[in-house]
Amino acid sequence: MLNSKVPQGPLAEKWTNHKNSIRLVNPANKRSIDVIVVGTGLAGSSAAASLAEMGYNVKAFCFQDSPRRAHSIAAQGGINAAKNYQNDGDSTYRLFYDTVKGGDYRSREANVYRLAEVSANIIDQCVAQGVPFARDYGGLLDNRSFGGVQVSRTFYAKGQTGQQLLLGACSALSRQISKGKVKLYNRHEMMDVVVVDGKCRGIIARNLVTGEVERHGAHAVILASGGYGNVFFLSTNAMGSNVSAAWKAHKKGAHFANPSFTQIHPTCIPVSGSHQSKLTLMSESLRNDGRIWVPRKKEDAQAVREGKLRPVDIREEDRDYYLERRYPAFGNLVPRDVASRAAKERCDAGFGVNETGEAVFLDYASAIERYGKTEANIRGLENPSASEIKALGTEVVKAKYGNLFDMYKQITADNPYETPMKIYPAVHYTMGGLWVDYNLMTAVPGLYAAGEANFSDHGANRLGASALMQGLADGYFVLPYTVGDYLADDIRTGPISTDHPAFEAAEKEVTERIQHFLNNPGDTPVDDFHRKLGRIMWNNCGMARNADGLKQAIADIRALREEFWKKVRVPGTATQYNPELDKAGRVADFLELGELMCVDALAREESCGGHFREEHQTAEGEALRNDADFTFVSAWEYTGDPSEAKLEKEELVYENIELKQRSYK
Amino acid sequence: MNLTLKVWRQNGPEDKGRMETYPVSDISEHMSFLEMMDVLNDQLVRDGKDPIAFDHDCREGICGMCSMFINGEAHGPGRGVTTCQLHMRSFKDGDTIYIEPWRAQAFPVIKDLVVDRSAFDRVIQAGGYVSVNTSGNTIDANTIPIPKADADEAFNAATCIGCGACVATCKNASAMLFVSAKVSQLALLPQGQPERELRVKRMVEQMDKEGFGNCTNTGACEVECPKGISLTNIARMNRDYLTASLKGE
Ligand SMILES: Cc1cc2nc3c(=O)[nH]c(=O)nc-3n(C[C@H](O)[C@H](O)[C@H](O)COP(=O)(O)OP(=O)(O)OC[C@H]3O[C@@H](n4cnc5c(N)ncnc54)[C@H](O)[C@@H]3O)c2cc1C
Ligand code: SF4
Ligand code: FES
Repeated sequence: MLNSKVPQGPLAEKWTNHKNSIRLVNPANKRSIDVIVVGTGLAGSSAAASLAEMGYNVKAFCFQDSPRRAHSIAAQGGINAAKNYQNDGDSTYRLFYDTVKGGDYRSREANVYRLAEVSANIIDQCVAQGVPFARDYGGLLDNRSFGGVQVSRTFYAKGQTGQQLLLGACSALSRQISKGKVKLYNRHEMMDVVVVDGKCRGIIARNLVTGEVERHGAHAVILASGGYGNVFFLSTNAMGSNVSAAWKAHKKGAHFANPSFTQIHPTCIPVSGSHQSKLTLMSESLRNDGRIWVPRKKEDAQAVREGKLRPVDIREEDRDYYLERRYPAFGNLVPRDVASRAAKERCDAGFGVNETGEAVFLDYASAIERYGKTEANIRGLENPSASEIKALGTEVVKAKYGNLFDMYKQITADNPYETPMKIYPAVHYTMGGLWVDYNLMTAVPGLYAAGEANFSDHGANRLGASALMQGLADGYFVLPYTVGDYLADDIRTGPISTDHPAFEAAEKEVTERIQHFLNNPGDTPVDDFHRKLGRIMWNNCGMARNADGLKQAIADIRALREEFWKKVRVPGTATQYNPELDKAGRVADFLELGELMCVDALAREESCGGHFREEHQTAEGEALRNDADFTFVSAWEYTGDPSEAKLEKEELVYENIELKQRSYK
Repeated sequence: MNLTLKVWRQNGPEDKGRMETYPVSDISEHMSFLEMMDVLNDQLVRDGKDPIAFDHDCREGICGMCSMFINGEAHGPGRGVTTCQLHMRSFKDGDTIYIEPWRAQAFPVIKDLVVDRSAFDRVIQAGGYVSVNTSGNTIDANTIPIPKADADEAFNAATCIGCGACVATCKNASAMLFVSAKVSQLALLPQGQPERELRVKRMVEQMDKEGFGNCTNTGACEVECPKGISLTNIARMNRDYLTASLKGE
């Protein structure tokens, strides 16, 4: 039975009481304790730096050439914190409430509250490290607002918030590396976790440059290996983002929670052809001023697709601003899951506007006109001409969104100031992940999961700017306490020997798999299988799911997996830098995870957040939750085959928030 | 379009390396440069040959991983873009494209187009941080107002992605632009003041130790830098270094 170990007591006092009651390890003993951190994104860097600073010996691993290149670097929009600098009524409780509601009531209250509670400290910490957040003319920190909330609590550094936060966390890491308290293993991939007598005692890693397979012992292991959106092949994640570390942990006994909860972001640049290798996000902030539409008539949509009709020539009354039509109260600012589904609905109905039929317009013409008129008033221009208004409005839009418009132009060669942008939803984030208790420990003692790799805080849908907050909260402020509590039992253990048969067995398995790949007499490149898997997942376990599709997907994935092992061709050797080999291992794991995601989606007979089951919707096509039967976390235990995984339910108890049906009408 | 690629192949750090020629066909102008490389590698794998190793990850110009020297230019033609942001519409049918790794003593080749840039990380480890503990028990973030102009300039310096194009493009393989970007970011902020002099001394020392060349103010780095990191950062670092050295004596 899973025990979430949520401390007793009133919600607002749980964390403080817990911190005061957990055990500490004295400084001399910390020096004889080793901790491994896999991943150097926001969660991993901050955890490794903090634990090293406390005195533990830390080994940090990342597969990129430098810790600074972890995928956190790509986050654009910002990071939430309940500072209430804007005096707009924000508070710890409000951030907590918004996050639980945004997650469609499928997250654990106590964890979310703690997240909101430590959020303010994150900003203090980052500023002290020299993170150059945006400031106003008075020299104080500036905020912006994000989808799904009514306050301005998002701190940002232009469109590069993730970069600045990660460089901040990496600077703390660098400081500990220079002191010798952290040993960095870059271009290293974790291949397996090692469990000795029921406790996690280390990992098997592979040096990606020399190919050497290494054993690393430790008293505790933290996985901060990021999300698994790349199971869809096309996503906004970096090419190397993968599930392997988490999946290996799952196979060694860690439960995988809510694997099917995927966030599909509504504003991404659409797929342009079969060569596409990844998708690019256009910041959510664009929905503040842009209007989303498709042609009202099918023949217009077809003409646009064929390049015979320009969108600017479609008359106002022939346009369907479908979000404004369906959700008059929130309009273009409905939450991500709702906006994405509505785009899919229009495109499926034949109103898509690019060659593939999978794109909608994001139009700035009205914003340019509106801003232009205001600007003309401010400047006291009388009877400005339409072109003057446009020029003035364009300036305003350029100042606000210039870098995003440039990026769009760079990728598509279209000028978004002159013609509406084309956008389509894309896989962006995975709320699911390794199941962890309140201490962020998985079901395997001594094995922790942090950041996007765990499932802990976002329920069935994550609010914008909350992932960065969670990563840093886990690493700076939660793990340093909770890991210590566990390690208090280990002060007399001494160094972990890597001669144990468990290490030997794990290493042997890793080496055999590598040899299998290299010796396989196949003829098909790894990417071929990955693309096919992505297609299956996107069509059946994407924005809308149904029982028949999911069952078919499970069968298709199993067949594809079998074919993969027979037909994959991996060139090169095991003793040299070999990216194809690295990829093969990752795709092999995705091929198992994908199946579990479908199993999970099939079992959850309701619609909630990013999980939309077509069988469970209202007459108007809105998501229909089933609180009576599904207010629980689905935690899956590995039993040898993804389809045979055993479901354990962690019931979610809401003591402080009343469950309501979300409505944005 | 159809193209001829001349690509640097090097089978490990000890290998001498050579240029090899690969024709590619049916390349769409919508592809990114790296997607074109994917097409070539797919073909090489199918033909039972060794695919070309190259570094990449985010493919949107922010992680700093991609690093190709294309037709004699770091990150290829076009200003303000990384290799991964380069599109095939920048080329035309029949073009011959030369693709090489970053070349610098401090960046040894690992394989083909992949080089080892950990020297950059060691320079940062030498002092590119503020020595503050991560307990969160610092002062409130708004206690020290920072003039917007300073904050913006610090931010601009901090947008360096650590790609190494500046080193690759410099005839002396100098890392001054990269190092000065970090030195400047922290020199412009109040939080960076206590360690300002120590920091610049340590980082410059480490930079020299890693075998980067001297700066002769050619300015090629600024031209090729995908993030527009400005030469004024180098001037600022030189001033700080001078101050620090004078005081040190
Ligand atoms: C384009 C984009 C924009 C975003 N914008 C925002 C935003 O504005 N606000 C927000 O809050 N969130 C945003 N997010 C989400 C957020 O960026 C991520 O959820 C978060 O950064 C994840 O951090 P992490 O530390 O958990 O993992 P990552 O940063 O993904 O780090 C994973 C680390 O694990 C390592 N690793 C993985 N597998 C292995 C292995 N097997 N062996 C060794 N090392 C391994 C990697 O090398 C890396 O160091 C965005 C995401 C994307 C894709
Ligand atoms: S200064 Fe510019 S070229 Fe040099 S590493 Fe930084 S971003 Fe790259
Ligand atoms: S791949 Fe990340 S910057 Fe090019």
